Amino acid sequence: MENLKNIRQPMKIIRFFLLLFLAMLLAGAGPAPAADDALAPFRDEQGTLKIAGGTAHIPVMKAAAREIRRVNPRIRITIAGGGSGVGIKQVGEGLVDIGNSGRRPTAAEIEKYHLRLFKWAVDGVAVVVNPANPVRSLSRAQLRDIYAGRLTNWRQLGWRDLPIDLYTRDQASGTRAVFWKKGLAKGEISPRANFVVANGAMKSAVATDPGAIGYLSVGYLDRTVAPVAIDGAAPSREGRYRISRGLYSNTRGEPRGLTKKFINYLFSPAGQQLIAEAGFIPVAR
Amino acid sequence: MNQRLQLPEKFFRLAAWGSAGLSLLILVFMLILGRPLLGHDLFALVFHQPWQPDRQLYGLFPMLVGTLAVSTTALLMALPLAFGTAILAAIIRPGGCGRLLVRIVQLLTGMPTVVYGFVGIFLLVPRLRTLFGGGSGRSILAAALMLALLITPTMVLIFIDSFQRVPRGWQTAAAALGCTPMQTFRHVILPRAAGGLLSGTILAFGRAVGDTMIALMLAGNAVAVPCSLLDPARTLTSQIALVFAADFSSLEFKSIFLCGLILYLLTSTLTIALRLARPTVGYQP
Repeated sequence: MENLKNIRQPMKIIRFFLLLFLAMLLAGAGPAPAADDALAPFRDEQGTLKIAGGTAHIPVMKAAAREIRRVNPRIRITIAGGGSGVGIKQVGEGLVDIGNSGRRPTAAEIEKYHLRLFKWAVDGVAVVVNPANPVRSLSRAQLRDIYAGRLTNWRQLGWRDLPIDLYTRDQASGTRAVFWKKGLAKGEISPRANFVVANGAMKSAVATDPGAIGYLSVGYLDRTVAPVAIDGAAPSREGRYRISRGLYSNTRGEPRGLTKKFINYLFSPAGQQLIAEAGFIPVAR
Repeated sequence: MNQRLQLPEKFFRLAAWGSAGLSLLILVFMLILGRPLLGHDLFALVFHQPWQPDRQLYGLFPMLVGTLAVSTTALLMALPLAFGTAILAAIIRPGGCGRLLVRIVQLLTGMPTVVYGFVGIFLLVPRLRTLFGGGSGRSILAAALMLALLITPTMVLIFIDSFQRVPRGWQTAAAALGCTPMQTFRHVILPRAAGGLLSGTILAFGRAVGDTMIALMLAGNAVAVPCSLLDPARTLTSQIALVFAADFSSLEFKSIFLCGLILYLLTSTLTIALRLARPTVGYQP
């Protein structure tokens, strides 16, 4: 018994290395050598990278973290939400390495925290309704009337008799800021609107409520909600859709080490592909 | 003997004063941080203005109404439920069935409130929406129903405890005088347990006022003053959770300390008032 164990142990090790070798061969022959080139700087890095802020950024942050940890599992990347305001505040106070925001930080914020801004994508803010709702197109004026509480029933917009349930986000949301500025032209939002706390919460709220209308980052669009064209332009990558904003990753001072490599990766071809796959328009540095 | 007691006694005294001092310190902390708003016309702030941070209006009246409406409704629903359960478990069937019931109730007290919120979103809100036709289903009623579920177990356990603390001898004496079990309950147990019932109710109300997740997820968080149980509402706790991500130097952010102050005063005055009005029926030791 004892002997058998002794023999098996080296065999296990040999088999492990054989498998590893095979895996490396396969990875080398894989379809994305370019992606691995972009990941090369991470090979001999280690440590923790802390990211927080805008919730629209999260799908891209997660995809990038997954790719980086694939080549080097010793790197730990934590990704938290909180909203644009929290992202700017936390990076400014040194609590995180990268603070994401779905709006350009204000001049005061940039000066106070010595922020460096990296805009890596343009994100559309899509107006969404429940998939059961056949309304797929609204004019900007109609959108304003709906959010101001002047249009209150879907019958007024050509569907059945069902009250419109408004959903909006809290003041700290970058998504709200863009929607309010560009979608509503700074129009009023009815005080009877329901408030949800994040892009994900918005999606599940609209997905479960037939009378709902809400807005979210196009990165969160899927089949559970239906996007609505505004003034004939569908929320997509085309430039005609006007409710859009930059997605920023901000650092305090010039980024260094792992932080710098992470931001470089976002601007690499592989990173830009991840951004496009998430539904955003990649922006070159 | 005396020597040996000293150290633990010192320790416990320190712990007691420490925690008492801590709650006072929290009050001071909120007063200091909320000071920029205390300069405003406080009465107008709390009772008159709407909440429109875009226009520098930071009224908290809708949230005050929301908090009171949600927690009072929850208490009114939970009280008969808890009372009935406690009587069944402690007096009518103190044996096997009652003990099983107590075990289940104990299990319920440990449930995290976010679970209630989650269940509410997927099971309760859609049903309320179809039942009452129109509206998003996110309402005072939805939050109150879930909150009632949250606070009932606490009340049941405290009620049972106060029933069981009535001396056995009194009950046997009442039975010997020819009282039926219900008469014993009505004239012997209930008056003696009144203080315990009151504490249980206060504790439960405090828990309902202080809970955040359930109202945040189910009440809709609209900033209008609610007019019916089916209207959405925002509680003071949800307000803190929603505004927390705002720019930390803004008045909007500072107003959440006023929210905290109102919550603090609300629960403490309620506790003091009810303690003063302690029922004096029955035997006072």
